[in-house]
Amino acid sequence: MGELLKTIDWSPLYLSLKTGIVATVLTFFLGIGAARHIMKLNNTAKAIADGILTLPLVLPPTVAGFFLLLIFSLRRPFGRYLLENFDLKLVQTWPGCVMAAFVIAFPLMYRNARAAFEQVDVTMIQAGRTLGLSERKIFWKIVVPIASPGLASGTVLSFARAIGEYGATTMLAGNVLGKTRTVSVAIATEVTAGNWDTAGFWVLVIVLLSFVIVAAMNIISGKNFNNGSGWA
Amino acid sequence: MALKAKIVKKFHGFNLDVEFETDGSCMGILGASGCGKSMTLKCVAGIEKPDSGRIVHNGRVLYDSDKGINLPARERHVGYLFQNYALFPTMTVEENLIISLTGSKKEKQIQVLEQIERFQLKGLEKRLPSQLSGGQQQRVALARMLLCKPEMILLDEPFSALDGFLKDTLQLEMLELLKEFHGDVLFVSHSRDEIYRFCDHMILLSNGEPVVKGLTKDIFRKPLKVEAARLTGCKNISPIERISKYELYAQDWDIRLKTTEPIGDSIRYIGIRGHNLVPASDPEEENTMKISLAGSAHTTFQRQYLVQNASRLSSSKIWWIREKKEYETEETETIPLYLKFPKEDLLLLS
Repeated sequence: MGELLKTIDWSPLYLSLKTGIVATVLTFFLGIGAARHIMKLNNTAKAIADGILTLPLVLPPTVAGFFLLLIFSLRRPFGRYLLENFDLKLVQTWPGCVMAAFVIAFPLMYRNARAAFEQVDVTMIQAGRTLGLSERKIFWKIVVPIASPGLASGTVLSFARAIGEYGATTMLAGNVLGKTRTVSVAIATEVTAGNWDTAGFWVLVIVLLSFVIVAAMNIISGKNFNNGSGWA
Repeated sequence: MALKAKIVKKFHGFNLDVEFETDGSCMGILGASGCGKSMTLKCVAGIEKPDSGRIVHNGRVLYDSDKGINLPARERHVGYLFQNYALFPTMTVEENLIISLTGSKKEKQIQVLEQIERFQLKGLEKRLPSQLSGGQQQRVALARMLLCKPEMILLDEPFSALDGFLKDTLQLEMLELLKEFHGDVLFVSHSRDEIYRFCDHMILLSNGEPVVKGLTKDIFRKPLKVEAARLTGCKNISPIERISKYELYAQDWDIRLKTTEPIGDSIRYIGIRGHNLVPASDPEEENTMKISLAGSAHTTFQRQYLVQNASRLSSSKIWWIREKKEYETEETETIPLYLKFPKEDLLLLS
């Protein structure tokens, strides 16, 4: 084991964590924003928008990767536009890792946020309005705190999903050591190369990390355990 | 000081269509649950939008469907006390009060402190709403509402979440508070006692439409409409056949009754409140009925009897209510053979 640790290149772990954190921050704000705006739509528009935003959760990640390539490939207009005007390249780069992780993790945040907002008693919002508060203040000071348990679990799940992303990541960002090789990509690569020890090490890391995240979530929302006490 | 409102809104299978005016005093809206009274308040407050109509308060147009005006709730300067008080559950009492205030931190602190004194909330500043009793929650909600300096107050079933003893105490507190408030007050309730206690004027709503409007005391004394009689607590109502100008036949009770008032063509029903019936001994006296007892129940201060016309047992049951004077006599209470329908207490209803 000591021998192994000396030979390990830690960049995949570092990349996974960095990708996970940045993608989670993005999903947090955009997921909440999407949930907030979709709740204001009428039922038909809501069903359609909800369907589109939830698709990445149910489709194979490779399908998401395919679409991402279709959009961001440098041979395509939008990909070229980004490169020429913003010097931003997503194919075979770390921002590509973030984009892939973001797209896959986004529905988890969005759905949890929406469910949490739907639970908020509308009289809270109405009371805020009669008290003369702005819509922005009502949302951030009243609705978000009430919905915070749901938002917290959405955030944790998004993070867990983002650090484990593989399919869309390999398609868009590829597998460049030190640049885009995250832990989950590294596992596949090491197994293909026959390096079972290294692959096993990364598996161990990702299992531990995921367990810590989920356990932490349960501890944070500890009250929910009591809610289930009647089931024992 | 006046609110003029005309509100038309389609919802839950019926149309809300009300029109009313207030004159700076407390106006009550009485109706059974689901009759549209809360919706009326919400339209005035601006948290629901009517389909059409016009709402003007002190000359300021809050809503006008013809002119396309619909001021958002936050600009209407209307205080709304929600049925469940709608305190923000993640904020302490203090934070609930401070949220609507503007100005420097110090000014806000001073105002909140004053309000905490005024509403006897000292010592509760750091508590969450869930750690307060129902009465304390109501005081926080009132304090929070009045901090915004509303020009009009809307009270939506303010006592329905409270239990008996507390309710009476808080009602007296609220009466004091409303005396100090110079502006229009709309009070929505399904409780006729609350409306009677708080409101000089009232509207009676049934299925989204006003049945009667006017002075509360007049409406309770002479409901005039059958729905109004029911909602003001008249339990005994029967359809009638007119016999002459001052005499009618009550179909459900199988009895001929003489009246003091002339029976107009529009009169379709007769009503009498349970406590207006009086025991009688002489069967030949006018408006007197031989009765048989069909059931009885005792509440704290009342005896309630269900009686029937003894000569026709298929007739409808009649509530007869007696106030208890002494508890000791409870067991020995005897039922009279006859009940009299005093003519001055008969309610002619259309």
